[in-house]
Amino acid sequence: MRFIFKTDYEQDIKLMQHSGAWWSYGLLFAVLAAAPYFIGSYLQSQLVFVFIYAIVGVALMILVGFTGQGSIGHAAFLAIGAYTAGFLQSRGYPFEVYFPAAGILTGVVGAIVGIPALRLHGIYLLIATISFAFIVEEILARWESVTHGNEGMRVRAVEFFGQTVTRDSNSFYFLCLAILVLVIIATLNLMRSPTGRAFIAIRDSETAAKSMGIDLAKYKVRSFAISAAITGLAGTLYAHKMSFISPEMFTLLLSIEFIMVIIIGGAFGLHGAILGAIFIVMVDPMITMLKDDLPGMIASLSRGIGMGDDGARVVQDRLYAIFSAPGLKGAIYGLIIIMFVLFEPMGLYGRWLKIKLYFQLFPLYKKSTFRRQKTYVKSERNR
Amino acid sequence: MLDFLQQLVSGLALGCIYGLIALGFVLIYKATEVINFAQGDLMMLGGFVAYTYITIVGLNYWLGFLLAVLTMGLVGMTIERFVVRPILGFPLFSIIMVTIGLGFLLRSLAGMIWGTDDLKIEAPFSQGVLKIGDLVLAYDKLSVIVVTVILIAVLYLFFNRTRLGTAMRATSENMLAAYYMGIPVKRVVSLVWAISAMVAGVAGVLLAPITFVHSNVGLALGLKAFPAAVLGGFGSIPGALVGGLIIGVVETMAGFYLPQGWKDVAPYIILLLVLLLRPEGLFGALGRKKV
Repeated sequence: MRFIFKTDYEQDIKLMQHSGAWWSYGLLFAVLAAAPYFIGSYLQSQLVFVFIYAIVGVALMILVGFTGQGSIGHAAFLAIGAYTAGFLQSRGYPFEVYFPAAGILTGVVGAIVGIPALRLHGIYLLIATISFAFIVEEILARWESVTHGNEGMRVRAVEFFGQTVTRDSNSFYFLCLAILVLVIIATLNLMRSPTGRAFIAIRDSETAAKSMGIDLAKYKVRSFAISAAITGLAGTLYAHKMSFISPEMFTLLLSIEFIMVIIIGGAFGLHGAILGAIFIVMVDPMITMLKDDLPGMIASLSRGIGMGDDGARVVQDRLYAIFSAPGLKGAIYGLIIIMFVLFEPMGLYGRWLKIKLYFQLFPLYKKSTFRRQKTYVKSERNR
Repeated sequence: MLDFLQQLVSGLALGCIYGLIALGFVLIYKATEVINFAQGDLMMLGGFVAYTYITIVGLNYWLGFLLAVLTMGLVGMTIERFVVRPILGFPLFSIIMVTIGLGFLLRSLAGMIWGTDDLKIEAPFSQGVLKIGDLVLAYDKLSVIVVTVILIAVLYLFFNRTRLGTAMRATSENMLAAYYMGIPVKRVVSLVWAISAMVAGVAGVLLAPITFVHSNVGLALGLKAFPAAVLGGFGSIPGALVGGLIIGVVETMAGFYLPQGWKDVAPYIILLLVLLLRPEGLFGALGRKKV
């Protein structure tokens, strides 16, 4: 086990806590940078989605994981970013203009949404963000001169400093990877600045933060704005990756997927956002696999244990019928959410930390290290 | 003028539906400070269960109604025992996520079991209409209005006049203190979930002749019931009805007098305005702790 002996504050806020971290993250980056030359186009496309979801995950992590404010409306911010990109591109602006513009516009909208957050907490905030998302969805469907309404809008390939970057090219992969890395570094820097520490203080106790002289209003709005702006940046990438955007792509389901990203990953660190993004993007291919391959595999297995050909065929048909039921994805999403909150509340990254600690402390690991503090419900109405 | 009155009446009927669902939110919120995002889906489930008893098994309408409501009570208790109880007392966000996940699960399971067609339950009274002058109101909508008003009155008295209701309010105020006072907190919470699911069941059966039974009906109506609950002040039982009525009337009026698109957004605009101007709602009591 490695003990880091900290002697001053500068050391405490270093980006990499020890030299080993440089090696492991550097290796990961090198693998990801080399990946497009080795993997197929399908896997590469999935990775691009992982990057985009991870950017949104990082944005949500700032708001939910670090500032402790809920939001089930981030699909709306993504939509605003995507439509800004689509609209400005159709007016002939290049990527290097509309990419920051989308971030700024979404950030301003986020700040406006953050203003009610000053007076609301808990459920009220969640409900407010949901209604904001509905209103945005409706505006997108109705404001036809800009958004082309329900017909949707075509988004052409990226024009980046005179070069065309198509959505399946290696260059687009590198663009997304670079933006993800920049966003992560920026967030890490934010979180070790006074602003970031104020966010965490607000999460842990609003009362305590206020008594330490933190202006709750200012920092909550700031957190909303930053989170929204990063989501808006992800929105432009999303628009280019999909190459077609329409209002029904940015529904409540997408917002919930984003929340799932951080719940599955673990809502207490940036690693969680990345792991959760990988998980969520994997769900769809997994469901396809369930539908196409699993019935056959189980059928051959049941033939192996002596059920005969007819029995195996019945099993296969029955399983196939179950797995191709229309609502399967919803059921799986529901189960995933419930299982993670009930049994793995710290998410995948929490599990990783537990496994790591188990081996570091080998015979001395005890479960209660990570036990959640249970509190009794007290009324929010009287606080 | 007649148009206006007719819109008003159908708005009130719609509002009662929202009020009935909002009542489910309010009950659970009042006793445990949890918001059940799956409330609309419980209502949908109630419709399906009633469909099974009445149309598939072939029971009498009223008997099927009663059995469906009792079944929903059991469902509510089961959900509370296995999903909500283990995480009660953990951060609000996780509980809300669990109820969202539960909604997903119920919706897809219902779709898998009962299929995705629109199902219909024939109520004995679903044919006729009530005529007052030139105003027309279908009996099935009238039934929703009557039942909502009765349920809300009964539950209001229950919460404010009975020992058990007081115990529920105490539980929500401070769970630990309620334990100390000898209130069986776990049983109280379980009972609240049962009552709330039963209210959802009643709503589901009454809505079946109007909106049909479909696995997605709960999501749409459930989300519209949020503005109602917030407007009335989360935690106020009469508030659920008043909020529901206002939202219902506004939505119907917006659909009739304003351009297309306003109908769906109007409730949420009201919701945001309420949250901005008076977060405690019309009837709520939201205290503030000063630092």
